[in-house]
Amino acid sequence: MATVELSFTALPAHVRTARLVATAVARRSGVDESLLDEVRLAVGEACSRAVEGHQLYCPAEPVRLALTDLAGRFEVEVTDNLSGGPAGIAGPQGIADGHDEAVLPAGLGIAVIESLADDVQISATPDGTSIRMSWPSAGASR
Amino acid sequence: MDLKLDHHSKDGIEIVDVEGEIDVYTAPRLRELLIELVNNRFYQLVVNMEKVEFLDSTGLGVLVGGLKRVRAHDGSLDLVCTQERILKIFRITGLTKVFGIHDTVDEAIAARRAEK
Repeated sequence: MATVELSFTALPAHVRTARLVATAVARRSGVDESLLDEVRLAVGEACSRAVEGHQLYCPAEPVRLALTDLAGRFEVEVTDNLSGGPAGIAGPQGIADGHDEAVLPAGLGIAVIESLADDVQISATPDGTSIRMSWPSAGASR
Repeated sequence: MDLKLDHHSKDGIEIVDVEGEIDVYTAPRLRELLIELVNNRFYQLVVNMEKVEFLDSTGLGVLVGGLKRVRAHDGSLDLVCTQERILKIFRITGLTKVFGIHDTVDEAIAARRAEK
């Protein structure tokens, strides 16, 4: 069972809340201070990607965040309902700036996550996609 | 901390001061400001990010979009940033090669002047 679970409406405003909760739980789980910025950014990227996809394809479905304090690892899982197709892994589109065509390549958020967490697993679930990532922790508390 | 935006002219260059978090929620406001500046014919921009606490790929998209817009008018968009945690995402994504990134606003202005 996750230490903390969060389910939120797929709105951009809630991504910040998700980042704050993830960072707080990571700190409490004994993740080194120097890694907290990476946790914050990686969780933000994963949640933004999920929120943007949900807004396009399934706005009524919530995005899920599970934070687990394992022995010596702090694990984060972001689960969405974006099954299959282009929305699956790379995200629904390149990162558009809203007025032009995409200005940055699709999947940049995923590339950022992969360079921040040292163990990233992206997999299909029955309902969508799961991004799991983890960082070393002191495993201080549950 | 939400996002605070301000801008002023200095030596013929428009300085955009950004404070707070640039993410999927707040980035549209920065995008609107950059578009408004370009529409008002400000094509030499310096975005001061010294007070930015968080930047994600959505924010990067807005900055790259702004750069594209000013370049369409032979303009420039330089950044001021010395914070390691913000610079890191520019490095990861290779965007350090795309933007001029300076330590201070004055340095950014001087570099722009020298190029002219």
